[in-house]
Amino acid sequence: MSILVDKNTRLLVQGITGREGHFHSAQILAYGTKIVAGVRPGKGGEWVLDGKVPVFDTVSSAVEATGANCGLIFVPAMGAADAILEQADAGLPLVVCITEGIPVQDMMRVRRYLDQKGTRLVGPNCPGLLTPGEAKVGIIPGHIAIPGDVGVVSRSGTLTYEVLYALKQRGIGSSTCVGIGGDPINGTSFIDALALFEEDAQTERVVLIGEIGGSDEEKAAEYIADHMTKPVVAFVAGQTAPPGKRMGHAGAIIEGGSGLAADKVAALKAARVRVARHPEEIAELVT
Amino acid sequence: MKLHEYQSKLIFAQQGVPIPRGRVASTASQVKGIAQELGGRVVVKSQVLVGGRGKAGGIRLATSPEEAEEAATHILGMQIKGLPVRKVLVDQAADILTEIYLGITNDRAARSPVLIASAEGGVDIEQVARETPEKIIKLTIDPLMGLRDYQARNIAAAIELPRELWTDFGQIARGLYEAYCRCDASLAEINPLVITRDRRLLALDGKIVLDDNGLNRHPDLAEMRDLDEEAPTEAEARKYGLSYVKLDGQIGCMVNGAGLAMATMDIIKLNGGEPANFLDIGGGAGADKVAAALGIILGDANVRAILINIFGGITRCDEVARGILEALKDKPTSLPIVIRLVGTNEEEGRQLLSQAKLITATSLVDAAQKAVALAQGRKT
Repeated sequence: MSILVDKNTRLLVQGITGREGHFHSAQILAYGTKIVAGVRPGKGGEWVLDGKVPVFDTVSSAVEATGANCGLIFVPAMGAADAILEQADAGLPLVVCITEGIPVQDMMRVRRYLDQKGTRLVGPNCPGLLTPGEAKVGIIPGHIAIPGDVGVVSRSGTLTYEVLYALKQRGIGSSTCVGIGGDPINGTSFIDALALFEEDAQTERVVLIGEIGGSDEEKAAEYIADHMTKPVVAFVAGQTAPPGKRMGHAGAIIEGGSGLAADKVAALKAARVRVARHPEEIAELVT
Repeated sequence: MKLHEYQSKLIFAQQGVPIPRGRVASTASQVKGIAQELGGRVVVKSQVLVGGRGKAGGIRLATSPEEAEEAATHILGMQIKGLPVRKVLVDQAADILTEIYLGITNDRAARSPVLIASAEGGVDIEQVARETPEKIIKLTIDPLMGLRDYQARNIAAAIELPRELWTDFGQIARGLYEAYCRCDASLAEINPLVITRDRRLLALDGKIVLDDNGLNRHPDLAEMRDLDEEAPTEAEARKYGLSYVKLDGQIGCMVNGAGLAMATMDIIKLNGGEPANFLDIGGGAGADKVAAALGIILGDANVRAILINIFGGITRCDEVARGILEALKDKPTSLPIVIRLVGTNEEEGRQLLSQAKLITATSLVDAAQKAVALAQGRKT
């Protein structure tokens, strides 16, 4: 067991012919995850990655022809919102968007639409999902993690790798690693992932990696206190970061919570979460 | 990216928001000319990208062109919160009855735009929000539906605006929302929106903060960037798509990913050092970007040691290595450089760097301890 992706994942990659899309698709195939289709308008009918993956012009035709059940997006920022909508409209139940730099207003509209549609989005601006030994849907380097019982959920990308690597070096594996992304508006939240891990038979404990800004860590702390029976270890990046620049009066009026690391750490500790001082210490605390 | 008041108000005006007649100037004699043209009383307003201009004496009322010229001479020589004033806006002065606050910003928790209004606008709006939050009206806008007429009316009623102004207020609120959407703004604000003695609504001040991620599709707005108001290193960093914040410590940091960059700073501090900067080279950085990043760090005279921490995912360690070599060829340095390379193409990266005199580290803790020791002049 694991969450969201496993051996049965049939992946569709949008933007498969681009520099990043092509490179990481090769890594995904090498990891053993099935990429059943690629999408790139204008290149339908071609085959890529040594003739292993057929390319389609549209997501809907690709889903129809291949039975893909998960979508991955490497489309550049200005077209990424459109790609998420296209995948949702084609009926893909799970969409993972790696793209960084999508305008916030695009994400407001996309998120509102997905909520009505019932599509689960992971990201954007995230490293994607990794169920070690079973499926890689994104850019998390496969060799830094081994199968195990630690569920990992993180707002950060590379910081997540750091933690997976530190766990592996102590012989600790993970059930699934979920990179939810660092954008102010995203799909899957900490709470969504925590709920999935709480239900998952393979997951015995959870690592949560947060960072400064917003109040998602505080909300996660509240959820952990009320709903989680499995132990949670956390790290919050940015404890020494200088306070960010405020955004006019409206920003000061509307932002709930301070966004400061100290407040997030305090909220997590109050929920009996063990909080590490640096990423490598997480591995010590989960054992 | 922030826009100046004069830029923001022009954008609002294009969406049907009434603004005072006025023009921007950079010399006192230009100001005199504009004041003559406008006639009557004028306000001379410093154009700098910080708040508190009025309280700093950067906004002055003048009753004649000569007075306007004098005010401009004074203001154009000022510094406000460290920023020299290079431009002033000369606006026809308004006869103010009441000041209202009206703003639209991103509500992260609601994942929607939120409109905020208050009958008690003006410079003390944040105090109003803190002390009498019931006087702040908030309305969440459905991003797929936009701001509807009835919602604008509800707001007008809630801030007890005189009924005869409701139609005009609706037009202003919709114009503000339109401007917010069209610019990919993260903030569009009118403070104050005034009711004049002759019972008209007028946007006396305006502010727009743009979402930097949206600038690619708004070249006209990107061009409005005021390079005078930016630190040169930060402008250089932006040119290469790097995110850089200068700090006061001695350890220059180059990291991929904001979270890892912050964690790297945290661990430097935990080990008794002080980071000289936050620098995120982003995902998938190529050699040129890495070289530019290292160049910026090397340009900081406070730096005593450099810590490069790369955990490759979308970023490839060999590309990073090439960038480091390029930068060192360009700007040879005697500063100690501690490097940790893990992840995508790490072997290739390490091989490329085997000839360069770098100090390698195996873990983040190890890297931080070495960098701190070197910055303090100790041997590792």
